[in-house]
Amino acid sequence: MTDIIFTNARLIDPVGQTDSLGALRIRDGLIAAVYEDPTPDVAGTIINCAGNCLAPGIVDIGVKVSEPGERHKESFRSAGRAAAAGGVTTIVTRPDTLPAIDTPETLEFVARRAATDAPVRVLPMAALTKDRAGREMTEIGFLQDAGAVAFTDCDRVVTGTKVFSRALTYAKSLDALVIAHVQDPNLSDGAAVTSGKFASLRGLPGVSPMAERMALDRDIALLEMTGARYHADQITTARALPALERAKRNGLKITAGVGVHHLTLNEMDVADYRTFFKLKPPLRSEDDRIAVVQAVADGLIDVISSMHTPQDEESKRLPFEEAASGAVGLETLLPAALRLYHAEMITLPRLFAALSLNPSRLLGLDTGRLREGHPADLVWFDPDAPFQLDRATLKSKSKNTPFDGARMQGVVLGTWVGGALVGGDV
Amino acid sequence: MTFRARHLLGIEHLHPTEITTLLDLADKYADQTRNGTVDKTVLAGMTQINMFFENSTRTQASFEIAGKRLGADVMNMAMQASSIKKGETLIDTALTLNAMHPDLLVVRHPNSGAVDLLAQKVNGAVLNAGDGRHEHPTQALLDALTIRRAKGRLHRLSIAICGDIAHSRVARSNIMLLGKMENRVRLIGPPTLMPSGIGEFGVEVFDNMEEGLKDVDVVMMLRLQKERMDGGFIPSEREYFHRYGLDAAKLAHAKPDAIVMHPGPMNRGVEIDGNIADDINRSVIQTQVEMGVAVRMAAMDLLAQNLRASRQAEVMA
Repeated sequence: MTDIIFTNARLIDPVGQTDSLGALRIRDGLIAAVYEDPTPDVAGTIINCAGNCLAPGIVDIGVKVSEPGERHKESFRSAGRAAAAGGVTTIVTRPDTLPAIDTPETLEFVARRAATDAPVRVLPMAALTKDRAGREMTEIGFLQDAGAVAFTDCDRVVTGTKVFSRALTYAKSLDALVIAHVQDPNLSDGAAVTSGKFASLRGLPGVSPMAERMALDRDIALLEMTGARYHADQITTARALPALERAKRNGLKITAGVGVHHLTLNEMDVADYRTFFKLKPPLRSEDDRIAVVQAVADGLIDVISSMHTPQDEESKRLPFEEAASGAVGLETLLPAALRLYHAEMITLPRLFAALSLNPSRLLGLDTGRLREGHPADLVWFDPDAPFQLDRATLKSKSKNTPFDGARMQGVVLGTWVGGALVGGDV
Repeated sequence: MTFRARHLLGIEHLHPTEITTLLDLADKYADQTRNGTVDKTVLAGMTQINMFFENSTRTQASFEIAGKRLGADVMNMAMQASSIKKGETLIDTALTLNAMHPDLLVVRHPNSGAVDLLAQKVNGAVLNAGDGRHEHPTQALLDALTIRRAKGRLHRLSIAICGDIAHSRVARSNIMLLGKMENRVRLIGPPTLMPSGIGEFGVEVFDNMEEGLKDVDVVMMLRLQKERMDGGFIPSEREYFHRYGLDAAKLAHAKPDAIVMHPGPMNRGVEIDGNIADDINRSVIQTQVEMGVAVRMAAMDLLAQNLRASRQAEVMA
């Protein structure tokens, strides 16, 4: 296999936090060399990047592929293609399928389907408790052996503190990562939006943003008790940030993520009951959004993900309270995240720390770096190219994107996984 | 005359001149009804379907009478008893009905926003007869007409809305309408029954009846739902009546000529003392019911005019 040399590339290096012109050579699926000279004199297939960005491929934690159970919403094939089109080189899948992925057998089914159908890397997560019911822990050891990279009950909170503390203690002995949804389940019961003027105006049941901090505070106390490795899936409110900051400063093994929709949209976007904007947790106030964007820029929030959640038309074409939550995001993650860059709220190396490097580190992967010897998982994109999104063009089987008709910037020109081109038109 | 809306989904999107236009026409219909001079051909040939996904006797009867007085063919559909039980979605129900070409659709639904959703899928004019906790526009309009007739104006009045604001679509529509017409709106109720973010609505909020009612021109009481009475939102019915029930002592804080309103049905002895409700010098509760028919006649007349105009425009094109 001949080398591929990317010349005239604007290299986005999240490790060195640099954004500079250079070149990069790949061989046998790995990055073989990085050059400061944009046109080094080396032999191989040349891809002239024409000054556009070359960054480590996105590692997206928390992607829902609806296999098994709801393949009409999303399959490994469609999700894989959507990922490749969006510059996502690794999808880390959620276990909230039907049935839940809570045994090594269902996990193996998923791994097999992923291996044959998806053009990108697929790493499965498994449920923390059986059937995500919050009562008994799953076979964390066996599931880990079968390839589970993290354990989560997704949007269900383990309400029993005894159950959760034992699961955390057990997970710690295996150095397993536990991912939790931080939303007090009692306070948020029945809520469709965040409480406040907008919720009251629309007559929709709301939940106080405080529900997030309450759940985070509880989990932090349990981490002090157990010392487990823990990741909060989505931190979306300003009030939760000081608690997170304090927990990190106290040396707990805690990290946090946020969905790209909460970084780019706010509660007002729901407007006249647009159900594609119904998310879990619900969209927040503009003040919260700004605070959370700042927390990503500061590195307090580690990971940005798409929280890709396919829903069919039937489950969305309902009165707002009854409609399903969630939005697809694999193909819009990068252009949506680039809104923060274009708004000058975050630099590209910072952005790719949150999109690629940090999630890789969190899961113990060697992807996410533009460094010699690391996997050649790359995304080549024009950060400025404008387009208007038409949801019909999405490769996902489900088209429930809140960005339908939105003007966005950032077009993926090519996606490589282990040195092989999987997306784009090169 | 200006009333351009295609549907009547809420007060939020109405312009003050549209509100005035509608009230002027309703005023005329109220008088004509009393004189027995209503033109029965106004809605002749129009089909009106009342779709109530939630129980209602009074509102449904009011819409039915309004339609019939103007000559519409009125049909009532008890939606709880029909397709919903068979698992049909709201959209499918809407499309099915739409295929029958109704001209006026009167819809009540327990979910906020459901009537908006339905309106997107039908060709006729939709009137919101109450959706969840969102809006109940004809109730706010009939309240406005009642106030205007009693007080001679609908601006620069001090109006108190009392009780369960949080769960009330009547309160939301009234807050918006009275605000648009430049009145001072006061909300009075226990904090557990106040919606979140209420401070940003341009209203004054009180949790004490005596303070809140001081020198108001209008006292609007809201119905307290039975299911909210037991411990969840308020400690008990009797404590609620003691602190927030409208009796003569509390009403004495309002202006001497203040009127008392209630959207009905009343819980006597819970939110309102029976003697106040029956006091013909203070209570305009029966007038509200009368104005309800007039306002609904006006609303359907105006929407039917717009519907005919848009159909004509389509034919021309």
